[in-house]
Amino acid sequence: MTLDVHIQITDRDGIRHDVQAPTDMALNLMEVVRLFELAPEGTIGVCGGMAMCASCQCYIHSDHQLTEKLEDEDAMLSEAFNVKPTSRLGCQIQINPELEGLQIELAPED
Amino acid sequence: MITTDILIIGAGPTGLFTVFEAGLLKLKCHLIDALPQPGGQCSEIYPKKPIYDIPAYPEILAGDLTDKLLEQSKQFEPGFTLGERAETIEKQSDGSFVVTTNKGTQHKATVVAIAGGLGSFEPRKPAIEHLQSFEDKGVAYIIKDPEVYRNKKVVIAGGGDSALDWAIFLSDVASEVTLIHRRNEFRGALDSVDKVQELKDKGLIKLITPAEVTAVFGETKLESIEVVKLGESAVRIQTDAFIPLFGLSPKLGPIADWGLEIEKNAIKVNNALDYQTNIPGVFAIGDVNTYPGKLKLILCGFHEATLMCQAAYKIINPGKRYVLKYTTVSGIDGFDGSRKEAPKAVVKSIE
Repeated sequence: MTLDVHIQITDRDGIRHDVQAPTDMALNLMEVVRLFELAPEGTIGVCGGMAMCASCQCYIHSDHQLTEKLEDEDAMLSEAFNVKPTSRLGCQIQINPELEGLQIELAPED
Repeated sequence: MITTDILIIGAGPTGLFTVFEAGLLKLKCHLIDALPQPGGQCSEIYPKKPIYDIPAYPEILAGDLTDKLLEQSKQFEPGFTLGERAETIEKQSDGSFVVTTNKGTQHKATVVAIAGGLGSFEPRKPAIEHLQSFEDKGVAYIIKDPEVYRNKKVVIAGGGDSALDWAIFLSDVASEVTLIHRRNEFRGALDSVDKVQELKDKGLIKLITPAEVTAVFGETKLESIEVVKLGESAVRIQTDAFIPLFGLSPKLGPIADWGLEIEKNAIKVNNALDYQTNIPGVFAIGDVNTYPGKLKLILCGFHEATLMCQAAYKIINPGKRYVLKYTTVSGIDGFDGSRKEAPKAVVKSIE
């Protein structure tokens, strides 16, 4: 049996969504947002998930231990707008059972 | 006025392959793209990244795919209007269309194929107050003609390849080049980073990191900017030009106002037949379109382009019948007079 994790996603209009993200589809957080259509097509995951744009930037509100940022993500975030200390690129965060209860907010579109 | 059979908006992989398929049907193509080079996302965002799902290529770099598509369509002599964005479309009384770009270049064609991907790439503009009022008065987001910076003081902001490459190039043209980035590390090709280091050591590029431009000043044109270096107080720098290079993001743009049916930032098309939009004679192919079951894959764009060309043929040659020909059998006659064909079989008796 595979496990879904509960993730709370606040969209760009400030609306909160509680979604159940599957952990067995090798999804990342950007793809979960697209799966549930929480941001219009073409405004998220523009580069496809290569950490080469910042369209999937989000703020992490819960204190989950996430995987460390790799150089690509760090460099991309240094060029993005509206960056906060809690900023991450959704495409670089893989969904796994440890993310149960994760709370995130999508950064504004620039 | 540029005239052609099929006007293709977007010179990405789908647009480029359209030139080949149209050429087989003796239809001539012209492409418009907002970017200064063909290839779309493949050349602008990820030229050095591999793609694994192009049929017959177990692995191909996005930049190489662009080169091969250009090579494949070369004999059909496509025209290009690059660095300009398709702005308006007007239907003519003879049924053709005139598409005008933001620079005023006019194109007349019987068929329009929108292969615009996610839209045209627009520069991402940093949120600095009054920045927009200095656009074309010292502030630019894209460098078209480096000569305008000759013997001028230039400030570039950004940490990617374009910021590095232009800082290097302009160090030879401008009287003074200052490069400002939020971090000490740059995200670019290693040799560009090394070159900037070398020019900095020679005093030819002034580097301010980690820092950010926070304000712009001037009377009728840009005169100075304010820079805040991390942990220090703001300083003013006199400059003639400020060029923020923070990458590009795609916007559907003026096409959204062409009267096309739009759904989820994509153009609705008839996928049962020919990928025509709600405007007869205007087609949408590749990532820019949507229909039930749509997948945004390059290989799907190739298929859509091929079927679209058949419909274009019927519009351009009304009443004419068409019989499918295989390139292996018929060969390819380029518009440049070239001919490619399979070698003739050798018939020889065995004694």
